[in-house]
Amino acid sequence: MTDLRPGLVRFGVRTLTLGSSIIVALVLFSLVLATAGKNPFDTYASLVGSTLGNGFGFSEIFVKLIPLLFTALAVALPARLGLVNVGGEGQLNVGALGAAVAALTLGPHVPLWVGIPVSVVFGMLGGALWALVPAWLRARGWLNETISTLLLNYVALRLVDFFVYGPLRDPGSANVPQTVEFGAGWLWPGLVGRIHIGLLLGLAALAVVAVVLNRTRWGFEIRAIGGNALAAQRHGLPLSRYIVLVLLAGGALAGLAGTGEIMAIQGRLRPHFSPDYGYMGFLVAWLAGHKPLRILILGFLVALVATGGDSLQLDQGLPSATVNIFMALILFMVLADTWRPDRLEERWLARLGAREGGAA
Amino acid sequence: MSTGFVEGWLAGTIQASAPIFYAALGETVVERSGLINLGVEGTMLVGASSSFAVTSLTGSPVAGLATGALAGALFNLILAPLVLWRRANQLACGLALMFLGAGLSAFYGQSFVGAPVNGFDVVPIPFLETIPFAGPILFQQDALVYFMAPSAVLVWWLLARTRWGLQLRAVGEDRLVAFAAGTRPHLLRVQALLLGGLFAGVAGAHLSLAIAHSWTEGLTAGRGFIAVSLVIFAAWSPLRVLPGALLFGGALALQIQLQARGAAVSPFLLDMLPYLMTLVVLVLLRKSSRGRMPEGLKEVFESPKGS
Amino acid sequence: MSVSAGAGQILLETRALSKHFGTLKANDGIDLAVRAGEIHAVLGENGAGKSTLMKLLYGYYQPTSGEVLIDGRPVVLESPRRGRAFGIGMVFQNFTLIPAFRVWENVALFLEGAGDKGQLVRKITDLSRSYGLNVNPLALVRDLPMGDRQKVEIVKILAAGARVLIFDEPTSVLAPHEAENLFVVFDRLRSEGYAVLFISHKMTEVLRCADRVTVLRKGRVAASLPREGLDRHGLVNLLVGQESEGEWEEVGARRSSSRGTAVLEFVNVSCLTDDGRPGLEGVSFTVLNGEVLGVAAVSGNGQEFLGDLVLGLRQPTGGSVFLEGVDRDRPTPRKTLASGVAVLPEDPLRQGTIGTFTVKENLILGRQNDYWTDGGWTPDRSRWAHDAQASLMEAFVQSPPRLEARAGDLSGGNLQRVVIARELRRSPRLFVSYYLTRGLDLSNARAARDLVLDHVDKGMGALFVSEDLDELFAISDRLLVIHAGKAVGLFPTKQTTQQEVGLLMTGAGGSHD
Repeated sequence: MTDLRPGLVRFGVRTLTLGSSIIVALVLFSLVLATAGKNPFDTYASLVGSTLGNGFGFSEIFVKLIPLLFTALAVALPARLGLVNVGGEGQLNVGALGAAVAALTLGPHVPLWVGIPVSVVFGMLGGALWALVPAWLRARGWLNETISTLLLNYVALRLVDFFVYGPLRDPGSANVPQTVEFGAGWLWPGLVGRIHIGLLLGLAALAVVAVVLNRTRWGFEIRAIGGNALAAQRHGLPLSRYIVLVLLAGGALAGLAGTGEIMAIQGRLRPHFSPDYGYMGFLVAWLAGHKPLRILILGFLVALVATGGDSLQLDQGLPSATVNIFMALILFMVLADTWRPDRLEERWLARLGAREGGAA
Repeated sequence: MSTGFVEGWLAGTIQASAPIFYAALGETVVERSGLINLGVEGTMLVGASSSFAVTSLTGSPVAGLATGALAGALFNLILAPLVLWRRANQLACGLALMFLGAGLSAFYGQSFVGAPVNGFDVVPIPFLETIPFAGPILFQQDALVYFMAPSAVLVWWLLARTRWGLQLRAVGEDRLVAFAAGTRPHLLRVQALLLGGLFAGVAGAHLSLAIAHSWTEGLTAGRGFIAVSLVIFAAWSPLRVLPGALLFGGALALQIQLQARGAAVSPFLLDMLPYLMTLVVLVLLRKSSRGRMPEGLKEVFESPKGS
Repeated sequence: MSVSAGAGQILLETRALSKHFGTLKANDGIDLAVRAGEIHAVLGENGAGKSTLMKLLYGYYQPTSGEVLIDGRPVVLESPRRGRAFGIGMVFQNFTLIPAFRVWENVALFLEGAGDKGQLVRKITDLSRSYGLNVNPLALVRDLPMGDRQKVEIVKILAAGARVLIFDEPTSVLAPHEAENLFVVFDRLRSEGYAVLFISHKMTEVLRCADRVTVLRKGRVAASLPREGLDRHGLVNLLVGQESEGEWEEVGARRSSSRGTAVLEFVNVSCLTDDGRPGLEGVSFTVLNGEVLGVAAVSGNGQEFLGDLVLGLRQPTGGSVFLEGVDRDRPTPRKTLASGVAVLPEDPLRQGTIGTFTVKENLILGRQNDYWTDGGWTPDRSRWAHDAQASLMEAFVQSPPRLEARAGDLSGGNLQRVVIARELRRSPRLFVSYYLTRGLDLSNARAARDLVLDHVDKGMGALFVSEDLDELFAISDRLLVIHAGKAVGLFPTKQTTQQEVGLLMTGAGGSHD
């Protein structure tokens, strides 16, 4: 009979500390809103109403959650090794590009059981490809991956622009730059409304990453390197190999985010189809402490705020980027380790153990 | 190519390089003190939007500039408690700062989108502007451009020739030795952040008031990150930041010129140039860069934790 | 070269100076007098309290009791800055220099109210000439060799107005000819009326230039004598003590005398430090199966490279390292560990454990392949828990840490034992250990030592690095003495004495075969 109490302690500590951070962020955000003459409560009402209180809004949360799961994993997995991958945005774009190229090359008359796997494979390849150079440069010790992935984000956007305005352009739509619609065999089917099978893929990816990190030997080694690279190296763990592996894996995951968006939501490749999913994924990963289960929860919260943000323009006349303020504030609180959740956790767990007579 | 093209391109280069230059100059001071602020992009946005707003309201670009500088300085300061007191991961904090800057500038700047403004106009220097070829390029620019070279010299002098600069550089090299010598490392780093933010605010102000003469969300389009890369490229030397900024400004300006002339090259490929060039240069210069990197920064870049 | 102390006035004095850290008496009732025009050496082994004393004199620490007097008046040195204001200048072993700065910038940094660059450059040139220091004010410190960097430190403190110059192990980073230069500078300073206080563990230097010697042992002054009448043996006796305290039983006798083949062999091995200076020079020795080869060396004399050379983290610049008779081709830690080598590193926290991992996870570091038998997907949790518990029981006499405790939260002693448990659990053929019993109390130290000897009895070879002569003599079959990167002695333990080894460790002994 497993003891559930350590799990409950952890859950309690994390929820309380995160909740406190959110409350403080809400207070500060309210101040910001007030200084511009906006009523904070109206804003919050609009946020909540357009998401939780609205059928379409509620489903949109999940629509946004799907790419967020992938881009957050793309940041979290390398982060467990100690790497900072900021290239989610670029990797998701190139992943989408890869899938689009496959779809347009093989043509529209492809059956679904071919289209989906092929798009998945090429999406992952595209994303991984975009992470290859930063991975190699970091493994060689030549350039920090934060800078290289960041710069490549800007290159990726223009790369997609180039293809969509150029070789892949739909000749039929003269004024709007986009590709032709992908054939029915390529479009990922929906589950409920706009929520598509990408959700299942995303949850599967979460599970796989969780299992790999927590159960497998590779996860053990990754976490060891992330904990103390020097000691890990002295015990024979191959640093360079893992650097490349996790960055490629991260790129592949981000690539899936992009693939899902164009195959299920957009139906074609357009420029700038991603409303900063890559950067939002970065946010989610850091808020979640790079742990898969928390990514799901935090991903939902961030998706909620982002969805609400979209309607802010209509309801409140505020630019959707306004919610960035709120999210940045929460992130600051978490980065500052404000409530020291690790220490609280350890203290309460020790108390649990002590009351039981100090079992080893 | 006609001289018109080259002239136009060079003049555009100088103007385009100014925001990158000022932002990088400020970040150089910050990094010499041993910190790295990836959120320069956010600071620039705050500077750009606030200076634009004030100029639009008051009609005075100088008031706008001052506002942008002040706002930038205060905005950079947000990093101080996080990084100095709580020892948070510098790279992640910088990116969070970028988010905050993007959000704040979009929020407060919203009512000024599309507003007309009396920005920084070209101030031709009499007589010098008549020099053939070089005249129009160098001496028909706005005031902030003329201040670029003096600013570089000023910051160089501050760092290399004043006691404050000596102490700041010592903090960036070895905090413990600096502390043993009686300096106050945290105070110096706070001052570095303020100065860095001031320059980044000026950079943003130049972008909105002198180049774009308008404000839109995300106006800086990654220039902040180019500036951070430029600091490394310039090996943390305030004097070398200027030629480096011109290089990147040239890439930016080239794209505009070629597009205006309907050149056959895709504007998107050209647009990639500044970023790709930054990447290539950083890799090529890695040995000499590492040789001049302030010791205190090495732990941020090379440790897995980055803090 | 020795000059009598003469009629120099006392510039710096301590009376009954004590510094306690909890129950640890790092300095206990120290009386010390430093005179103008005198070179005063403070001699002591590691742990005798030398560096604590220096930190008290410099103002880093505040005394628990006793007083410090300057020019006969009691002062409170609440910070190094106060010390500097009183004319105390200190040159540390790790220089407080910024390599990226020029000489004049380093001096300016420590000088309040420095004046402009031109003035400073002139001042440095003048000082440098007056004391035979030959320092170029415009040089980049990074480009200077160690001896010149030390001269910059001297100029720095002279420029700040120091009258008492304190040196902490000044020749530890110098080549022999640079050390001789330094002694010439000392002579110069003495003749100009400065007081020079230097800490050392090296007999030769003390005998070469000191006017007066104070010997510290276990935090107390064992003796304070003028240089005249002192010889090596007398000093060694004062340093090491006449007899061991009986804490360590003589265990050599209980073990069988037959030894097997060589498990580790160093043949004429040389290597460099990270700065490119000589680390080890032409060191040769063997470790046989079933024997303990003790390595006696004062910290920083080259023995720190042995573990890295065995592991393959550092490559020799000369000679070869043979593991079980094999001259390895491009060794890596992975290959080395796989061939049955275990290392207890100098800094277990930084080099040997993952702070964010639990004790249980740390206990299989390096052996994780054993616990994922299906290729890596699922661990054999029960065997893991069982083995981890068993390892702990072997190494801990009582109250082992919880398996689920975070390693980063453990005390130094507990961490040490966890690493010992892990490394010995692998039943290595070769065990390289640094300071096995550091941080352990008596009973745990005994347990650790017994654990090692159990494995040795079963055929493990041990390369046992320690600074504690008592321990080395109790546990080693043979002893290797290293000084300044060279092997200066290699013989069976029974055929030598602690005096002799002490002399060799400090560079003052003759040869022994």
